[in-house]
Amino acid sequence: MSRAKKKHNAEDYLRMYRQMVRIRTFEDNANQLYLSAKMPGLTHMYSGEEAVAVGICEALRPTDRITSTHRGHGHCVAKGAEFKQMFCELLGKEEGYCRGKGGSMHIADQSNGNLGANAIVGGSMGIATGSAFSAKMLGRNEVTVCFFGDGATAQGLLYEVMNMAALWKLPVIYACENNGYSEYTRTAEIAAGSITARAEAFGIEAHKVDGQDVLAVNELTRKLVERCRKGEGPFFMELETYRYHGHHVGDINREYYRSKEEERDWKENRDPIIRFRAWLAAEGIATEDEIEAMNAEIKDDAAAAVEYALNAKYPAASEVDMHVFTDVKHVMA
Amino acid sequence: MREITLSQAVNEALAEEMRRDDTVFIIGEDVAEAGTPFKVLSGLVEEFGTERVLDTPIAEPGFMGIAVGAAMTGTRPVVDLMFGDFIYLVMDQLCNQAAKTHYMSGGKLNVPLVLRTNLGATRRSAAQHSQSLHALVAHIPGLKVALPSSAFEAKGLMKTAIRDDNPVVIFEDKLMYNDKAAVPEEEYLIPFGEAKVLREGSDITLIGTSSMVQVCQKAAELLSAQGISAEVIDPRTIVPLDEATLLGSAKKTSRVIVVDEGHQSFGITGEIASRINEKAFYHLDAPVLRMGAMDVPVPFSPALEDLTVPTPEGVVANARKLVAGEMLHAA
Repeated sequence: MSRAKKKHNAEDYLRMYRQMVRIRTFEDNANQLYLSAKMPGLTHMYSGEEAVAVGICEALRPTDRITSTHRGHGHCVAKGAEFKQMFCELLGKEEGYCRGKGGSMHIADQSNGNLGANAIVGGSMGIATGSAFSAKMLGRNEVTVCFFGDGATAQGLLYEVMNMAALWKLPVIYACENNGYSEYTRTAEIAAGSITARAEAFGIEAHKVDGQDVLAVNELTRKLVERCRKGEGPFFMELETYRYHGHHVGDINREYYRSKEEERDWKENRDPIIRFRAWLAAEGIATEDEIEAMNAEIKDDAAAAVEYALNAKYPAASEVDMHVFTDVKHVMA
Repeated sequence: MREITLSQAVNEALAEEMRRDDTVFIIGEDVAEAGTPFKVLSGLVEEFGTERVLDTPIAEPGFMGIAVGAAMTGTRPVVDLMFGDFIYLVMDQLCNQAAKTHYMSGGKLNVPLVLRTNLGATRRSAAQHSQSLHALVAHIPGLKVALPSSAFEAKGLMKTAIRDDNPVVIFEDKLMYNDKAAVPEEEYLIPFGEAKVLREGSDITLIGTSSMVQVCQKAAELLSAQGISAEVIDPRTIVPLDEATLLGSAKKTSRVIVVDEGHQSFGITGEIASRINEKAFYHLDAPVLRMGAMDVPVPFSPALEDLTVPTPEGVVANARKLVAGEMLHAA
């Protein structure tokens, strides 16, 4: 890449870095909220996988759509959501993106094209494909990205919808975040053969990419998105990544399925933020001081949003039977 | 007024709505050139093309899921599920996704889709092509459920369903596709949640759904000949349910039988009976009686299958006992 091009793209690179740090910071705070018993329920941390969500979402327009997973905070941030409404949702508050009715597993900033995080593993594969279908039918030049984990590749729905997406040439990209574990089980124990070959069996072009390298993810996604817009979709991406936490925040003692050495290796040698930060400094795109200032600002933003959310109002009891149907204000009335 | 079959009525409703709104499309197995096994959709692909009448692979969860996503993003799918029995295959997409999306998003996302499928036994199709499973979906908050009892209802309810911004499941009785009824040439809609009183009476109320409306009407005729005046009511939609009309009739006649083709246990008949007991108890002269399908898988043999569904004669026998006060302490 030429220096001139790099300089030209500096803003994009800094935004990618910023978004990755925002995700990590969001998750660190969410984990603290859980550990200090301030958050109802559980949550699934995205830490370690930031380059996947950011590399992909930075290749999309706000009108392009995504579907997300139970591990969905990263996708939500990357597609343009704000901390304040996200923490409010996490804490079940009225100002949350879903008015506190969805919580961590259904969090989504719908106005930025996020069709929702889904708590059924693989549950959104149909929705993503349907979103691509309506874009094509209505002549809107929009692309949909379907995020799902390696665990979800075991669901039959994926193969039903990939078949139709390929038959109908739909502008959808299936993004498989392979973090190596299907809940508490090694992926090798649940996935026979090759994951990308499964997509290829339907005639879908499939790519494997280092999910810890935000530039590689972004570059590949940009190409595939452009080709989707030209009617060359669907596509499949397998992104090799790693989940720093357990399946959820309560999954602390996990040595029975993976070693601390393995976790340390990924965190120390393949962390997407450390790697990209080093690259930004080496390329002269940002100084260490500038990066530290950015990190500090994000930390303060998150702290302020957490504080705001902790003090925010819960929904009124009258909300409980609202939004069951679009045309009935209170179903229990 | 002209008479058309239930099948033609559904076809007309779909064609009219597809002409009115370019975002309406049909998706399912063998819906295009084949026009479905019951030929309900014949001719639609010729008018609207394969872009709007989509034949899918045999993959019910897949096309149901695609419809949910399409509905969330600006189109209005009508999903064709060839047999009501296949609803088990689409349960996650229907009940975990479509039904909950509006609520879980705090009212920000809508799922305006119609799932049209069928119900009804006595077609000698055995246990996996004969079930009446509307109670399963009526149980799930966020889904509306319509049960047309004639060609007139089938057309009006379908048009309303397509214009509804919520997921609606319509069950047509597959034995009624060739039944004719008077259907106006001019456009009409049937609002959801408005029951229809088909016959007024004073001694007993017969509440029937779908093809059981015919059973109740026939029973009312037989009862009339025996000097018993029966009122017949068709709720038309069970979600929303027109409780006011049902309760009003129960209070008037003081005796009620609820007839539905779903399995009797934990079903529609029990739900309606329970609401009447809770809200009209002191007006009743007898327990509200449930008549559903037997709690057995639907058998193939005609000798057995016919025993499993409510009949006019069965309704008459129960109505006579209720009127005579014989059911007050039924064992």
